[in-house]
Amino acid sequence: MSHPNAAEINTDVVIIGAGPAGLFTVFELGLLDIKAHIIDILPRAGGQCSELYPEKPIYDIPGLPLVTGQGLTDNLLQQIDPFGPTFHFNEMVETLASLGTEQAPAFRLTTDAGKIFNAKVVIVAAGGGSFQPKKPPIPEIDQYEGKSVFYAVRQMEDFRDKDVVIVGGGDSALDWTLNLEPIAKSLTLVHRRDAFRAAPHSVSAMQELVAKGKIAFKLGQITQVEGNEGQLAAAMLKTNDGTIEKLSCQRLMPFFGLTMKLGPVADWGLNLNENLVPVDTEKFETSHPGIFAVGDINSYPGKLKLILSGFHEGALAAQKAHRYIYPDKKLLFQYTTSSTNLQKKLGVS
Amino acid sequence: MVKINFRDTAAYYGAEPGGGAPTKVKITFVDSHGQARTVEGEVGSTVMETARRNDIPEIAAECGGACACATCHVYVDSAWSEKTGKASQMEEDMLDFAFDVQPNSRLCCQITVRPELDGLIVKTPSQQG
Repeated sequence: MSHPNAAEINTDVVIIGAGPAGLFTVFELGLLDIKAHIIDILPRAGGQCSELYPEKPIYDIPGLPLVTGQGLTDNLLQQIDPFGPTFHFNEMVETLASLGTEQAPAFRLTTDAGKIFNAKVVIVAAGGGSFQPKKPPIPEIDQYEGKSVFYAVRQMEDFRDKDVVIVGGGDSALDWTLNLEPIAKSLTLVHRRDAFRAAPHSVSAMQELVAKGKIAFKLGQITQVEGNEGQLAAAMLKTNDGTIEKLSCQRLMPFFGLTMKLGPVADWGLNLNENLVPVDTEKFETSHPGIFAVGDINSYPGKLKLILSGFHEGALAAQKAHRYIYPDKKLLFQYTTSSTNLQKKLGVS
Repeated sequence: MVKINFRDTAAYYGAEPGGGAPTKVKITFVDSHGQARTVEGEVGSTVMETARRNDIPEIAAECGGACACATCHVYVDSAWSEKTGKASQMEEDMLDFAFDVQPNSRLCCQITVRPELDGLIVKTPSQQG
């Protein structure tokens, strides 16, 4: 699994989304000699399985009476390893342009990291959409976003000598509290309770900074902000007893976890039905030839949002993808149990 | 916002009420504009599942009931908070990712519908995700 830096990447298939449906589709494509690149906005594979319930048991994967979200992800990664998929994490596909014809589709995709992919087939396995930071219901906060209110740190220097307020009690809030404290002019951590669901060593390091007077910790929540033209001047803290305190600050970072937003999928010219992508149930192809949708993002009569459905959909999409990628080759149906050809591809023969 | 279509999965895994005790109770959801909707909840299912089956607005339930997303946040009416009980440690941790958390805040995927909750009233917040 490499991270190529080349500006343009040519591949058979781009899979958007590295959740279980996207991962297993790599397997089904691989058996048909089709190479795939996978793009995901998260920093790791697994999608909802690793982001929402890595430790929670799943009971309805065929043949696996009990597996955790992370366990399933790890198994899938092992299963697809022989096909050498290339992952592009922390990236979101922004544009998808169609360059080909109905018989010979071709696509050009660009990501928010500036990568360009040329692919014959695109498989959208984007689940509930992309995970994006939750934005707190603070009036007019959108006017400050990207200027003085941030949900992630892109440039640490931007926080130097600033009065910084960080909201939250998880690992992101605590990590950035510890990382920004040395360069910020002042730092205030705001959380609704005096308990943290973060790594214990981060919590104790933070508490040490509070004890030394290097940072402030306040119980409560930020309900309003003040400022001008996107530049923050103050955040209003509503303490747990209801009093309001004004915190002078030039930077605010709320950390309330992630939520799923459909994101740019809506802009790709696909038919959408209630934020889902309608497909046929023979090939799981969308209204656009060469673009398929598998897993939770698709819809068809009788659709069940189960992981096992995504596996089936990926297998059928791969069959049709083969016809686009190898138009002159006849596809022979084979079993991994008996085909030495497939076993060679899997590296077990 | 993408909402998981819980209805289908709920039907798929549908709770099977036992015999004897009442199998349905009334639950009222009051939205952030004050509009109340009273629906029937099946004993053994959760308040979140009841909301999704009845198309109650302002309950996103993105993770489908795994106590992993904090998008089924509700405020339990003060008359009922004793009967619904307190949030577990895991639920308290997840509530850190909800907005405007109050002492009566709960994630309603963690409230199981029981006969003694007949008449339960919960309020939904204006923003979940």
